[in-house]
Amino acid sequence: MALHLTPRNSGSIMIVDASGRITLGDGSAMLRKTIRQLLDEGHTKIVLNLADVDYIDSSGIGELVSAYTAVRSKSGELKLLHLTKKVHDLLQITKLFTVFEVFSDEPSAVRSF
Amino acid sequence: MAPETKHLEVTLETQVESVNLAEEMCLRLAEAAGFGEDECYRIGMSVREGVINAFHYGNQEKPDKKIHLAVDLTPEKMIIHVADEGSGFKLTDVPDPLAEENLLSTSGRGIFLMRAFMDEFDVIPAQTGGAEIVMSKRLPAPGSPQTNGNHGSAPHKEA
Repeated sequence: MALHLTPRNSGSIMIVDASGRITLGDGSAMLRKTIRQLLDEGHTKIVLNLADVDYIDSSGIGELVSAYTAVRSKSGELKLLHLTKKVHDLLQITKLFTVFEVFSDEPSAVRSF
Repeated sequence: MAPETKHLEVTLETQVESVNLAEEMCLRLAEAAGFGEDECYRIGMSVREGVINAFHYGNQEKPDKKIHLAVDLTPEKMIIHVADEGSGFKLTDVPDPLAEENLLSTSGRGIFLMRAFMDEFDVIPAQTGGAEIVMSKRLPAPGSPQTNGNHGSAPHKEA
């Protein structure tokens, strides 16, 4: 399933609802483009809602890390919300849980900035 | 090859679409062989990573090179071979993606995922001159919780 990304505001926080697969090709490219666009528009507090993303490959993991470092380079923060079990397990075995701040409910994610 | 071993091989173009094609093909085979949903996911992801490795690192995304995918289904396990036409590599030269200094690397996790998801994993010199990834997954025992109840039947389509 192709990746769909829908940004929406929650106060000063930008929440990006993602659905589909973040994999080599269009999925990874779309995530990169969306994050860069948000940064260009001045949004540096971003929550990526992965509730409807049940598949990420190594390219998608790389793109998540790239998004994280791009946001950090603008003195911002990128946090993750609602991980599916597969994505949760993937971040755990790759030790990226030690890098990303992860939330299971949206209000907590928004309040954390 | 033992007479009860089923063998399938296909030559893929060096293009992004080959990654999805290889994953889909091996998923069908894994389902037909009786692997359950979680094991199918791990096999599919490993094939995907193997072909990404051949596409990007082995063949350097050069369209004149090919990716060679082969699957052997024995009574004991599913063995997957992914060969490229690059210059080969040694596993010992692959950086550890879990090392502190590599955690923020945007690449280099494919080999790690294949090793984590498959029972056996190795890289050998390919007849094509490049690298050949060889990985396998033991078949679940019939009736075990890991099966999909489809052991030995023909591939089926998902709804």
